[in-house]
Amino acid sequence: MSQDAQLRIISALVEHKPGVLYRISNLIRRKSFNIESIAVGPAEIPGLARMTFTMFSDYGRFDQVMKNIDNLIDVRSVEPLEERNATMRELALVKLSPGAPVTRPEVTNFIEAFRANIVDLSPDSLTVEVCGDPDKINAFINLARNFGLKQVARTGAVALPREMITQREMSNGESILR
Amino acid sequence: MSGAQAVVEALRREGVEVVFGYPGGANMPIYDALYDFQNFQYTPLNERSFRHILARHEQSAAHMADGYARASGRVGVCMATSGPGATNLMTGLATAYMDSSPVVAITGQVPSYMIGTDAFQETDVVGMATSVTKYAFQPLRVRDVPYAIKAAFYLATTRRPQPVLVDIPKNVQQTEDEVEFPNHVNFPNYQPLPDPDPTIVKTIARAILEAQWPVILAGGGVKMANAYRELQAFAELLVAPVVTSFMGKGAFPENHPLSLGCMGMHGSERTNKLIPECDVFLVIGSRLSDRTTGKIEKFAPNTKVIHIDADKAEIGKNYKLPVVSLVADAKKALQALIREVEVGMMGRQRDAWVKRAQEVMVMAKTESDDDGAYLSGVETIKMLRRLLPPKAIVTTEVGQHQMWCEQHFQVIEPRTFFSSGGLGTMGFGFPAALGAKVARPDVPVFDVAGDGSFLMTENSLATSIEEQIPVTAVILNNRMLGMVAQWQRFFYRRRYSAVHLGRSPDFVKLAEAYGAEGVRVETLPELETAVNRAMRSPVTTVIEVPISPEEDVLPMLPPGAGIKEMIVG
Repeated sequence: MSQDAQLRIISALVEHKPGVLYRISNLIRRKSFNIESIAVGPAEIPGLARMTFTMFSDYGRFDQVMKNIDNLIDVRSVEPLEERNATMRELALVKLSPGAPVTRPEVTNFIEAFRANIVDLSPDSLTVEVCGDPDKINAFINLARNFGLKQVARTGAVALPREMITQREMSNGESILR
Repeated sequence: MSGAQAVVEALRREGVEVVFGYPGGANMPIYDALYDFQNFQYTPLNERSFRHILARHEQSAAHMADGYARASGRVGVCMATSGPGATNLMTGLATAYMDSSPVVAITGQVPSYMIGTDAFQETDVVGMATSVTKYAFQPLRVRDVPYAIKAAFYLATTRRPQPVLVDIPKNVQQTEDEVEFPNHVNFPNYQPLPDPDPTIVKTIARAILEAQWPVILAGGGVKMANAYRELQAFAELLVAPVVTSFMGKGAFPENHPLSLGCMGMHGSERTNKLIPECDVFLVIGSRLSDRTTGKIEKFAPNTKVIHIDADKAEIGKNYKLPVVSLVADAKKALQALIREVEVGMMGRQRDAWVKRAQEVMVMAKTESDDDGAYLSGVETIKMLRRLLPPKAIVTTEVGQHQMWCEQHFQVIEPRTFFSSGGLGTMGFGFPAALGAKVARPDVPVFDVAGDGSFLMTENSLATSIEEQIPVTAVILNNRMLGMVAQWQRFFYRRRYSAVHLGRSPDFVKLAEAYGAEGVRVETLPELETAVNRAMRSPVTTVIEVPISPEEDVLPMLPPGAGIKEMIVG
């Protein structure tokens, strides 16, 4: 992978029907990308779904795969998003089993510092929900290793473009498909 | 009407005149509907019937449909049953996909309530076909069948032509329901290509008019868009030489004074050396594959490349930085360019351009093209060109004979040369020749084959006899997998591994066993007699031409080498 490899975000509005996720993920596989995360759910228009993919790629290969995705019959529209011009959120459930010498206040301080919530509690473990951009989730999980990390479940990032971005950035985003 | 009847009726409404197929458990209702529709004898096309041609292997059915599509410019239709029938189709669909040929495949599937249970002859055909088709439908209700078939034809023929699959569960074929046949279909994110952007057309026209030394590269896209006449008019207007990729071979008459022939791995040496010298390289309908350009980093570093293609995903894929690119249908793009350039050429001194073009042509002229004295692969191809009329259709298999055709078989008329250039499918040529002959019964159709390739789909001989589709197969028999052997000779120190095919079969007896005519020729005059006879024969002829196992295809651009670094001998 060349120097300009970075986390790329794809947001696609697609037909909400069987086989569409397969077509897109199969295409991405065929171009030898590893999908870092994927999140799918119904969109604001009935019958359509919005998919958010993230993957590491250089610009050239990313541009290529974007065009291929846009060529798919079931894809209504697809746009590349960048962290600087998109709102991006991910949710993770993290199960901890903190043992000595970690104290309960240390655990709660850690959770509060990330504005995370305890959603399940048992005598020897607790499950925490943490929400934020993927970097924040990564940071939380890394630190959680000091607090008896047992299990992680992540939703994958979802993203939407920010509205208050300059015209120039907007046109950059679109030119990728021309 | 049943789902099966809806299939047949939908095909009739698309104006289908022939279907190539093979029946089996899961598509029997469709074949039963065909039985009502027509008897299986050949009848001239009329409003109520189309012809079904029984292949002897589903791969061949797909190649026949592909050959029919390439020869006619219409959709080629093939059918197969579920499971092995459908998996056998895949090679044919992948071949059509790589060469952008409009094929519609209709497969039977196990009943919808058994899908996913590993039922007898169940395969995930839609899943398998996804990578080698533009789209794959699986209508689960009778009323969805006409829409799926209409949509399949629409998708296969618009924008970049590509194969489409319709997989129909058996119970959907059997169920009776009210059906409506839509007149058109609509895909929100898929529209036919818009007219070429006038601003970009102007930019391209200006770049060409300002060029000292423009060269046009025509790819398969020119042929698929049926833009033969436009390309010729454009090149003549500019007095610009035209080179083609292998897939573009025949997009421009190769006996035309402005033709530079083919470039690439087995293109002409002088043409390959010339291309990087031009200042503007106008690419139309080519993906600039490695077989065409050699190592892309070494390809024409000082040349302005302009790229026109029907598929936006081809722009910047192999050649990263065209100075201008245009996503458009090749025919419309050329028409628009002609209008722009006509104005620019008006009152312009053409003498300098003509002189420059003449110099280029002299430089590109290949070494003495004298005929040899003995029977070889190359001499066979040259003789075929002399004997066959320009309108005759030639298909090829894959290997040395295919590349000898690239080098020595001048293609003159549109839609007369078909080869598996993208996928490189051995076994394509003979069934494709049958499909082409069905499309063009008025012209001689020849398959140039190697002894290895021919055996891949040799059983299509049965189809050619039983369905009375007379074609000729010319088998260059070197008793080797010649191209693999050549690479072993060049790149693996003559360590011949698994390339000796030996003396089996006897191709003359093989042909006769099928009821075809078989003839072995030992000299050039014998070859001439055999070819002339085959052209007039009412049955398929197999001409076996024994050649040396050491004959190479030269010149050759080694894989990974730059376009100027050819091996010449």
